[in-house]
Amino acid sequence: MPEINYVREKMPVQDPSVRVRNFNEVALGYDAETAIKEASRCLDCKKASCKDGCPVGIDIPAFIKLIKEGDFNGAIAKIKEKNSLPAICGRVCPQESQCEKNCVLAKKGEAVGIGRLERFAADYEMRREKIKLKKPATSSGRKVAIVGSGPSGLTAAADLCQMGHEVTLFEALHTPGGVLVYGIPEFRLPKNIVAREIENIKKLGVKICTNMVIGKIYTLDELLNDGYDAIFVGTGAGLPYFMDIPGENLNGVYSANEFLTRSNLMKAYLFPEHLTPIYIGKRVAVIGGGNVAMDAARTALRLGAEESFIIYRRSDKEMPARHEEVEHAHEEGVQFYFLTSPTGIEGNEQGWVKGLNCLRYELGEPDGSGRRRPVPIEGSDFFMPMDTVIMAIGQGPNPLVPHTTPDLETNRWGNIVADEASGRTSKTAVFAGGDVVTGAATVILAMGAGKKAAQAIDEYLKN
Amino acid sequence: MTNHILFKIQRKVVLGPKLKLMDIEAPEIAAKALPGQFIILRTDENGERIPLTIADLDREKGIITIIFQEVGRSTDDLGEMEAGECLQDFVGPLGRPSEIETFGTVVCVGGGVGVAPIYPITRAMFEAGNRVIGVIGAKTADQLILQEEMERVCHKLHVVSDDGSIGRKGLVTAPLQRILDEEKIDRVIAVGPLVMMKAVCEVTKAYGVPTIVSLNPIMVDGTGMCGGCRVAVGGETRFACVDGPEFDGHKVDWDEARQRSRMFLPQEKAARECKGGGCTCRK
Ligand SMILES: Cc1cc2nc3c(=O)[nH]c(=O)nc-3n(C[C@H](O)[C@H](O)[C@H](O)COP(=O)(O)OP(=O)(O)OC[C@H]3O[C@@H](n4cnc5c(N)ncnc54)[C@H](O)[C@@H]3O)c2cc1C
Ligand code: FES
Repeated sequence: MPEINYVREKMPVQDPSVRVRNFNEVALGYDAETAIKEASRCLDCKKASCKDGCPVGIDIPAFIKLIKEGDFNGAIAKIKEKNSLPAICGRVCPQESQCEKNCVLAKKGEAVGIGRLERFAADYEMRREKIKLKKPATSSGRKVAIVGSGPSGLTAAADLCQMGHEVTLFEALHTPGGVLVYGIPEFRLPKNIVAREIENIKKLGVKICTNMVIGKIYTLDELLNDGYDAIFVGTGAGLPYFMDIPGENLNGVYSANEFLTRSNLMKAYLFPEHLTPIYIGKRVAVIGGGNVAMDAARTALRLGAEESFIIYRRSDKEMPARHEEVEHAHEEGVQFYFLTSPTGIEGNEQGWVKGLNCLRYELGEPDGSGRRRPVPIEGSDFFMPMDTVIMAIGQGPNPLVPHTTPDLETNRWGNIVADEASGRTSKTAVFAGGDVVTGAATVILAMGAGKKAAQAIDEYLKN
Repeated sequence: MTNHILFKIQRKVVLGPKLKLMDIEAPEIAAKALPGQFIILRTDENGERIPLTIADLDREKGIITIIFQEVGRSTDDLGEMEAGECLQDFVGPLGRPSEIETFGTVVCVGGGVGVAPIYPITRAMFEAGNRVIGVIGAKTADQLILQEEMERVCHKLHVVSDDGSIGRKGLVTAPLQRILDEEKIDRVIAVGPLVMMKAVCEVTKAYGVPTIVSLNPIMVDGTGMCGGCRVAVGGETRFACVDGPEFDGHKVDWDEARQRSRMFLPQEKAARECKGGGCTCRK
């Protein structure tokens, strides 16, 4: 029996002092040798509980074994049996709370770097440009419309196409990809990777129509009347929340969505070659503790902010962001204010942000989410001078589709009500999944929902 | 239902100094758009998303007409495009349509390039059986647009200019005030620069006449995703791209709207200057 190695192979990264000045990818990925070494740490457990942690059910021990044996093509083929966007998932999944959490090595040391190995296999395939696509089944003669091109829509589209249906994907923005292109920054998920995955989906035969805001240009009923036999709605959670505190409309206050869309989708970091402007002051405060907040705080530094702060009302343990992103943010010099929340934003005479009034919190009893509820400490208010404030406190579902589809049931937060196993909604022939159903969640859960819905749509179309 | 991806400029007309009209081939949008709605376009890969209110449309020919003033780098770039060329992106119809009903007597006020969006609203009000009084204005005669078109859809049309080179000398509020003194008005709709819309609302408020304005704040996506277009209306924050662009003018926080419209002024200036090259906008 080989010795158990509890220490994970290091991921090569760009040096923090260099990377805060550029938008290039931070984590550089394993090379073949390191990947084989890391794969060799896997104990190939009989009862591999890592698999249970994967929302799309990748056969993890099998693909790791193939990497260990140097069969990288075999490894990626194994992954792709279940996951059509591995280069993306390898980069952005919260592995530490999914597959890697279940790894037996994690009990005494570091889990096998499953995400890193997934990324390695996917990048290996991309580099060789030898992407094998499954042959679509014979045409079913059925037409499916997909609304929204985020991970849920892309996954549903790819699967349905391979099942032989004619698939058209409608996207409101000018570039497909959803949060993968407008939200998650280049330095975490290079856009050429997303573009390549989308090219592959197009090669399968999916027709992608950008600049189409469903609910405006066509309603769901119009699509159904126009010959689509079924619809999958994957419009995400794109509606930014604000805190409803004084001063939120001052100049210098953004939603994280606006800030990140300007920078990522519109490439404001390349202004003025790209014409969309972005304003960034010297001191930037980001309110929130999720991936969105980390992305905004780190983007701010790269755009030239001198200081970037995360202001989060709970403690570091409750932060929902991926561990790796929090670590990277620390390394890059993002400053964290935990148990702190703003009560108002102060402005100057011209209407520009001057600073934040904040209140300190302490943790009380656990709330509905199981996390301890933050309670304000009386008399703890203090002022933080700021030039820019970015709200990253969450997003809700975009109401354009539900508002124009009266018989599509939504819950009190506006999420579309859909059956978890099938994505079936209250409206015949209409299925939904991803953030629009669950509220803001993760890429992999959205993909899982797209997959299940594709299955259910296929069955629905056969009957 | 095919996605029309070639947004060809079918016709380009120079209406005045820095004022241009373009007919864009966009049959799917033309089939759907209603008065008061807008589109967002990009000239090329590196372009900004520019929101423009629809000035006219032809459902049969599949044409959306836009009228714009060259006020910055992006509209300069658009103005340089010629008939036969294609826009990179063209998306719509966005926003809520105008509320068109038989209100009685309606005054439609348009200032500057705001005459373009007021025109389809005026026509719809006219066709809905309202008595329609138009008030349009511009700085100078050569900047006044759509006068003939407006005449056709107004029972009465007042024209003003800042310098008196066409119509009466003065602001749109002067004839508006007279109209309000003379007869009972059921509704006023105003589209134009922020200062004009604010002034119109101040005048109509004293008479208690419901007044609708069409706001054009800074936008990015136009689908409710970024919140960059937020405006305070009646103490509540609304997203102009999905909740508007039309709002009750008496409830709009005009000072905030003006302040927000200035958010990117230094960058806008830099982008415009940089066009010729040799600028200093890069750090
Ligand atoms: C900044 C940021 C960072 C994140 N980081 C991570 C991470 O590291 N790891 C992780 O797992 N998750 C992360 N998430 C969450 C993850 O991105 C989402 O859970 C996931 O993208 C949801 O996928 P979706 O398919 O439901 O919708 P989305 O990705 O939101 O895509 C929805 C698409 O639908 C389009 N659309 C909306 N309305 C319409 C309409 N009416 N007509 C046509 N199209 C429409 C939108 O334009 C969009 O392109 C992050 C989210 C953000 C915002
Ligand atoms: S323009 Fe982004 S929400 Fe209105």
